[in-house]
Amino acid sequence: MSRIKIKQLSISYGNHQVLKNVSLDIPDRQIIAVIGPSGCGKTTLLKSMNRLLDLNEDVAVKGEIFIDGENIYRPDIDVTALRKRVGFLPQHPYPLPMSIFDNVAFGPKIHGLDISSTPAVSGAQEETGKKEGMRRFVEHYLSLAGLWDEVKDRLHSPAAKLSIGQQQRLALARVLSIEPEIILADEPTSALDPISAKLVETQFKILKQDYTIIFVTHILRQAKRLADYIIFLYMGDLVEHATAGQFFSEPRDEKTRAYITGEIS
Amino acid sequence: MSNSLKKRKAKDIIAAVFARSFLIFIIFLALLIIFGLFLKARPILSIVSLPELLFSSSWHPMKNEFGLFPFIIGTIEVTLLAMIIALPICMLTSIYLSEYAKRRFREISRFFIDILAGIPSVVYGLCGILVVVPFVEFTGELIGIQTTGYSLLAGGIVLAVMVIPFIVSISMEVLRMVPEPYRESALALGATRWETVKYVILKKARSGLIAATVLGFARAFGETMAVLMVVGNVAQVPKSVFDAAYPLPALIANNYGEVMSIPLYDAALMSAALILMLIVTIFSLTAHYALLKLGKTI
Repeated sequence: MSRIKIKQLSISYGNHQVLKNVSLDIPDRQIIAVIGPSGCGKTTLLKSMNRLLDLNEDVAVKGEIFIDGENIYRPDIDVTALRKRVGFLPQHPYPLPMSIFDNVAFGPKIHGLDISSTPAVSGAQEETGKKEGMRRFVEHYLSLAGLWDEVKDRLHSPAAKLSIGQQQRLALARVLSIEPEIILADEPTSALDPISAKLVETQFKILKQDYTIIFVTHILRQAKRLADYIIFLYMGDLVEHATAGQFFSEPRDEKTRAYITGEIS
Repeated sequence: MSNSLKKRKAKDIIAAVFARSFLIFIIFLALLIIFGLFLKARPILSIVSLPELLFSSSWHPMKNEFGLFPFIIGTIEVTLLAMIIALPICMLTSIYLSEYAKRRFREISRFFIDILAGIPSVVYGLCGILVVVPFVEFTGELIGIQTTGYSLLAGGIVLAVMVIPFIVSISMEVLRMVPEPYRESALALGATRWETVKYVILKKARSGLIAATVLGFARAFGETMAVLMVVGNVAQVPKSVFDAAYPLPALIANNYGEVMSIPLYDAALMSAALILMLIVTIFSLTAHYALLKLGKTI
C-alpha cells in the first residue's frame, strides 16, 4: 500500500536541474531513508512533498506527486491543509520565538484544532477545562518527542534557551502536534551530539507505527540502523529504491554497490 | 630591511595616520557643535530661568520674553502626527515587500522608494502648499472648522510622506534579516503567510523595527524646510490639528540673522537649536541601542 506516488518529477533551480524524471511509490508506515552524496537532490525531493519548495522563487517543478490520490501540484490545492498533513522537521531546529509550551500549542492554535477530540486529551476536557486540556495536549506531544521529563518544570521559559538537541526534539513535538500523517525530516540529527541524535532515532522507531517517516541522511550507517526502505539518488537520478534488506545485501545497480562499499561518496 | 619593504611600511603608516586624524576631526566637530551651541545659548539664562525658557508660552523677544514652549510642543506634535500617519503605512508596506512580494517586484519598488527618498525637501514643501494645504482647508470646511489649511495637520501629512521611504527601506532590511528557516518552520506547520508574519517574523524583528521607527522620528524632528512651508508658523500652542503651529527648526530658520538687533534673541534661538539637537540625539542613541539588541536576538 502506498499513499505517496511520485510521477516523472523533474525539478530545477534556474538552469540547474536537480532532479531528473523521478518516479516512485513510497511505502506507508515505515521509515524511509533518502540517501546519496551531497547535492544529489535529497532535500529537494523531500521539500517537494509538502511544497516547501514554493518558498524559492527560482524553482521549477515538472511532473506530479500524488498523496492519497490527489496531485499536490494542482493549482487549486490548499497548501496550508497539505502542510498540516505532511509535517516537516528541518535540519537545524529553529524554535519559534515563544515559550516551549507555545511552540507546541502554536500549530493546533492556528488550525483551530479541537484538542478535546485528540487522543492526547480524549474527552477529559469536560471535567478539566480548556486550559488543562491544552496542558495535557502539550504534555502528550512533548512526551512523544521524548522531551517532557527535561522541560516539564520550565514550560513557559523561552524555547531558544534549550540545548540544540532539546530544540530538535521540540521541533519534533511541534511537528507531531498538528497530527500529520507523514513526517519529512531533513538530516534531522546532523546538527546534534551523539546522545541527542540517538534520542531522536529512538523516537522515530516508536513513531513509525503511526506515521510514515521520510528522512534524508548522508550517513549510510544511520540509514542502515533506522530505515525499512531506501531511496538512493545520485546526481539527480533515482538510481535504486528497495527495502533496506534488499538494498544493502543485493544491490542491483553498479552505482549502488559502489556507494555502499564506499568506492564513491 | 630592503628598500621596497621600507617604502611599503612607510605608506602603511601614512595611511593609518591620515585615517585616524580625519576620524578624530569628525568626532571633535560633533563635540564642538554641541559645546558652541551651549556657549552661545548660555546668556539667555541670565534673564530667563530654565523652567521659564522651556515651559513659558509667551514669546515676545521685544519685551525680553523668550518662552519656547509653543515651539517645543509644535515640534513634538508635528512629529507625533507624522508618525501616527506614517507608521501603519510603513509597517504594512515593508511587510508586503519583504514577505509577500516576488523578488523582481521588490526590486522595482525599492527603486521607486529611493526616488521618493531623494526628492528635495523644498519640493515636498511645494507639493504640500499646492495639494495638502487646500486639502486640509477643504476638510476643515466639511466638518465646520475655520482653517487656512496651513496647519499642524498639513505639516504632519507632508512630514509623514517624507519619512515613509526612509522607514520603509530600513524596516524591509530588518525583516529580510530574519533567517529563512523561521519562515520555513512556521509555514511547514501550515501557518499562513500572515500568521508567520504575526507570530514569528515580527517577534524576531521587533527591536529592529523599533530602531527603524525611532530613526524615522529623529529625522522627522529635525526636518525644517517642507514643514516650515505648510505649518503656518504662528507662535501658539495649537488647540487642534487644524491650527497653525511653529516647530523649533522653523523658528530658527525663519528668524536667525534677521532680528539680531534685539538683545539675547540670538541666545534664545541657540537654546532652541540646542534643545532640538538634544532631542534628536536621544532618539538616535535609543535606535542604536535597539539595533545592538537586534544583533543579539537574531
